[in-house]
Amino acid sequence: MKLKRKLLAAFAVAALAAGTAQAQISGNEVKIGVLSDMSSLYADIGGPGSVVAAKMAVEDFKKAHHPKFKIEVVGGDHLNKPDVGSQIARKWYDAEGVDAIFDTPNSGVALAVSQVTKEKNKAFIGSGPGSSDLTGSKCSPNTIHWVYDTWMLANGTGTAVVKHGGNSWFFITADYAFGHALERDTTKAVEKAGGKVLGSVKVPLNTQDFSSFLLQAQASKAKIIGLANAGGDTINSIKQAAEFGIVKGGQNLAGLLVFISDIHGIGLEKAQGLILTANFYWDLNDKTRAWSKRWSKEMNGRMPTMVHAGVYSSVLEYLTAVQALNSDDGGKVIAQMKKKPFNDPLFGKSHVREDGRNIHDAYLFQVKTPAESKGPYDYYKVLATIPGEEAFRPLHDGGCSLVK
Amino acid sequence: MSISVPALMGQLLIGLINGSFYALLSLGLAVIFGLLNIINFTHGAQYMLGAFVAWFLLNKAGLGYWWALLLVPIVLAAFGVLIERLMLKHLYKLDHLYGLLLTFGLALVLEGIFTHQFGSAGLPYNMPEKLTGGYNLGFMFLPTYRAWVIVASLVICLGTWFVIERTKLGSYLRAATENPSLVQAFGVNVPRMITLTYGFGVALAGLAGVFAAPIYQVSPQMGSSLIIVVFAVVVIGGMGSIMGSILTGFGLGIIEGLTKYFYPEASSTVIFVIMAIVLMVRPQGLFGQR
Repeated sequence: MKLKRKLLAAFAVAALAAGTAQAQISGNEVKIGVLSDMSSLYADIGGPGSVVAAKMAVEDFKKAHHPKFKIEVVGGDHLNKPDVGSQIARKWYDAEGVDAIFDTPNSGVALAVSQVTKEKNKAFIGSGPGSSDLTGSKCSPNTIHWVYDTWMLANGTGTAVVKHGGNSWFFITADYAFGHALERDTTKAVEKAGGKVLGSVKVPLNTQDFSSFLLQAQASKAKIIGLANAGGDTINSIKQAAEFGIVKGGQNLAGLLVFISDIHGIGLEKAQGLILTANFYWDLNDKTRAWSKRWSKEMNGRMPTMVHAGVYSSVLEYLTAVQALNSDDGGKVIAQMKKKPFNDPLFGKSHVREDGRNIHDAYLFQVKTPAESKGPYDYYKVLATIPGEEAFRPLHDGGCSLVK
Repeated sequence: MSISVPALMGQLLIGLINGSFYALLSLGLAVIFGLLNIINFTHGAQYMLGAFVAWFLLNKAGLGYWWALLLVPIVLAAFGVLIERLMLKHLYKLDHLYGLLLTFGLALVLEGIFTHQFGSAGLPYNMPEKLTGGYNLGFMFLPTYRAWVIVASLVICLGTWFVIERTKLGSYLRAATENPSLVQAFGVNVPRMITLTYGFGVALAGLAGVFAAPIYQVSPQMGSSLIIVVFAVVVIGGMGSIMGSILTGFGLGIIEGLTKYFYPEASSTVIFVIMAIVLMVRPQGLFGQR
């Protein structure tokens, strides 16, 4: 008994000594957590496809940089509930040695995870969430907002639509952090461009039937019905708007956040002509095509959304920073990532601002007509490229405490 | 908020449309619970299967909506019979809980398989040509398809009620639930009757799936988002009461529609609030006996 205790103590001391003597990468392993909606309305936007994207990034990183540390990818399902999301984040950070969390669609969950990440001094790089508050009033030194945000969507789509004559708006808004931020940011963009907002209706997340809300939008007589929602909610609202003859009645829809998986789900017949803003489309250039085809092979022939592309590129960039620092200290790695501009394989020239906003180009797309499309996933044509500096909210407008 | 009468009329009508789905689904649940004493948690997944089978028929076999209305219930009934024979049969003597767990697990498995294969965004299913367009009622634009769903669902609900409550076959069914051994003694094949009843309940879910396919997305989660509401409808109406579930289905659809107008933020919870109140005041449900 005594001997056993002594042995244990010896082991403990040895383990401690080894721990301090080794490199600063804890356990000589970098563990990447992909926290997403794996089973519900956002699962096609992020979900299992994000885990695939993260694994591809790890594979490519290993090939190019031969790291001395091990890399592991784990996935988790936050069920679109902030409490579940922050619980998983805590468990991952405290007990399972996860160093950084990626993806995380659903702004409500992302804001909670960002908070936990800051508390634990880890790293959170969101490709999935939308709320511009992540780099605004709720910014954090441990968080980077990687792909789109509500300000970008509002500014891109909102301004373009008002310019085309859509100067009165009614919003159908998803009733949580993301929808509220999107409505707020779009209202500002519309008013700045000279339009006005007539009203809005807040709809619970993951609603099946939108007819009631569409009817209210119809009664408002607004020229544009702005859909401040995402995923399954956007699909159902667009489909049912067609059924209720909204577009035929002279009103138009503006999908503020539309993913390629949504267009695939709606079908070109009903989605044609829709204007949308995004940072990525698989058919932009040779690099995006090659990567997307690789991803597609693993995903039953689907094509990646900008969120999937974002998870790939953010994991790659994160690992590069970890290797350069030889440390997995969350705060330090994020600071390292902000140091210099880089050439993103999928998003082109990029740099991360001090408020945590990743800056790269955005595009104004229009959905093709069935006649223009050559087949599945040939859905977008580029109307305009919005340079990164114009696409995102100016640094000093966000109210982020990190900006001096 | 100023209340405009036309807008209100529109919301009432939409409530009725949603109510017809609630009624159709809760009817199937009520029939199954009433006669088999099984709480069929797979109902949502079976509704989803109905929509997917319709999609397959259209895209793989070229058979359109009208064929789907005929074939899907048959396919789903066969599927139901299979489940009953292979699995549920063994659970009748046990507590309700076992049936609930089995059917719940089955629902998760089915949804998982379809999510893996088809993703969560779902697939589009186009409306049949004849039912596109709509009528301008003055206070709202009523899509033809929705009108068709209300009528079709009313006919099916009332038909089912009539068969079970007013015909000889129905009386056998009801008797078999009260005292199976006695009915068996009269020469009625009770186990077969129970199997067919389950098949029928599942077929109703499948049919509702076909009705839903052109309106909503054909997606793996379409059932799970509806099933909880439908269970609440059954609980409010009274477990096992056929007419109760029909009336409550339509009634709650209307109440939900009104909530969407007056206080949209609460529209996803209002049914559960009502359920809680009903359970406190009248635990057996509005139309339940005992």
